[in-house]
Amino acid sequence: MNSAVNLSNVTAGYEHNVIFARLSLEIAVGQFAGVVGPTGCGKTTLLKTILGTHPVFSGRVLLNGCAVDSVPPGTIGYVPQLGTVDWNFPVTVEEVIMMGLYTNKRILPWSSKEERERVHALAHRLGIYDCLHHHIVHTSGGQRQRAFLARALINNPKLLVLDEPTSGVDIKTQHEVLHLLGDINSEGITILLTTHDLNAVASHLPWVICFNNGMVAQGRPCDIFTNEILTRTYGGDIVIVRHGDHFLIANSTPLHLTGEH
Amino acid sequence: MEFLLEPLEYEFFRHGLVAALMVGSLCGLIGVYVILRGMSYVGHGLSHAAFGGAVVGFTLNFNFYAGAGAMGLLAALLINRITKKGKIKSDAAIGIVTTAMFALGVIIISQARNFNQNFEAALFGNILGITDKDLLVIGLVTASTITMMFFLYRPMLFSTFDNEAARIFGIRTGIVQLIFSLLLTLSIIASMNVVGVTMIAATLIAPAVTARMLTDCFSRMLIYSTLIGAATGVAGMYLSYIFNAASGATIVLFGALLFCLAAFYKLIQEKRMLRTTFHRHGNLVHSHPHDPVHVMQAPVQDNSGTNPEEAGQKAG
Repeated sequence: MNSAVNLSNVTAGYEHNVIFARLSLEIAVGQFAGVVGPTGCGKTTLLKTILGTHPVFSGRVLLNGCAVDSVPPGTIGYVPQLGTVDWNFPVTVEEVIMMGLYTNKRILPWSSKEERERVHALAHRLGIYDCLHHHIVHTSGGQRQRAFLARALINNPKLLVLDEPTSGVDIKTQHEVLHLLGDINSEGITILLTTHDLNAVASHLPWVICFNNGMVAQGRPCDIFTNEILTRTYGGDIVIVRHGDHFLIANSTPLHLTGEH
Repeated sequence: MEFLLEPLEYEFFRHGLVAALMVGSLCGLIGVYVILRGMSYVGHGLSHAAFGGAVVGFTLNFNFYAGAGAMGLLAALLINRITKKGKIKSDAAIGIVTTAMFALGVIIISQARNFNQNFEAALFGNILGITDKDLLVIGLVTASTITMMFFLYRPMLFSTFDNEAARIFGIRTGIVQLIFSLLLTLSIIASMNVVGVTMIAATLIAPAVTARMLTDCFSRMLIYSTLIGAATGVAGMYLSYIFNAASGATIVLFGALLFCLAAFYKLIQEKRMLRTTFHRHGNLVHSHPHDPVHVMQAPVQDNSGTNPEEAGQKAG
């Protein structure tokens, strides 16, 4: 199997705190995988380890067969969590997308005609051409997600990594973003994302990794979204309601809040 | 016109004017990155550390700029080292490191009272005492900073906007940060004699925040801030000559005035936009921009028979 991501016996953490130990994980080329798990389970550390921005205590991380610190620029596309972006920063949507090209050899500050054409073509494809000259704060949640997706895709990466792409957007936008990612994946780009939203994962993603300070299970949602695995992942009772090919995941002990005023 | 030409007859004024023009544009340019990287307090702190270094350098018979530069860089490295593990935040590290270095300078001065005069210039600025050597240093720092900023525009912008993503995309963010720290330290040291340690922070920040009020475009912000900084330096020099006031303080006050004017202009602009976009839907008067993103749906028909404004008040 050709691996887009290959972690072998990786131990990572912060100072004296090991987040996950001796983790081995392979994601095949062309896979569309989601990492799910509770808050603080190490999803972001795993993502940063794969991206090479978090040092490992031991083990080996390979991306498309290359050591993570020697991957050529532009091979990995990355979309950060929108909550971490400074929306008051003075940049337009076009400038955000253009940043993806800032790793090339051009040293002049202004963009070339070829660069502008690439940005415009991609913006057309992702449906954000009309807001290219808008300041980023004046765009909707879906447009913002697409702008950062365009920045990640502008170099035609082999691997696309997204940190919580479905958080902070409404259900319709969430659905649109996941479908768009599905289209991108069908062109051969390997996609790895983290999310809290089990139902969105269940209905859109072909491959899921359940994570809680280590890998609990991985496989197709219909195979691994079982009560036992989700309880091991989240530590609480979880109910799975199945209806044909669809299923809905919920907490088994709904909390009824009552307030007296 | 004569009031513009008259002061130019004096060499000290011509020197001061050129120095103010260069320092204004230099601080205006680098100040954009300072505020967008959330480093306003670093500029303030580094100037204090550089002052301590200048005093130590003077005591050890070093060059003024060498002492200030060495201590400024040492301060930057120490702050970086202390904050690396995340236990101590940068503002706390800046507070302890740079104030300690400043205090060291003050102690040395208080022990050897014979060179107070020179360091008052560094504390509060002495633009009228600018020498040819000072002009040369300021000119070299300004030219090299503008050149570096021009050629590093792309990595600087990306790492300022999103440092982690820039690193993932292949930008060597560590080197970019190091170069920026070096340029900032050099800019502060070059500006010390012009506006003084106590006022450098305002010279760095005021043009940049004024420019931010006027534009949402990064490249335009860089140009506006550089021009505003230069204009502030020149206007401040003339005003200090006309009103016989301290030149460094006049430059800073003029910068603050421009910021107030820009903030007022922005406020007027926003109010005008609100006024032109007011709409009435039935009894509901409201305002919204008319672009597709923000188009609101028509209000739901109120079946209770009450006035929507009253209904809103009841709900609130």
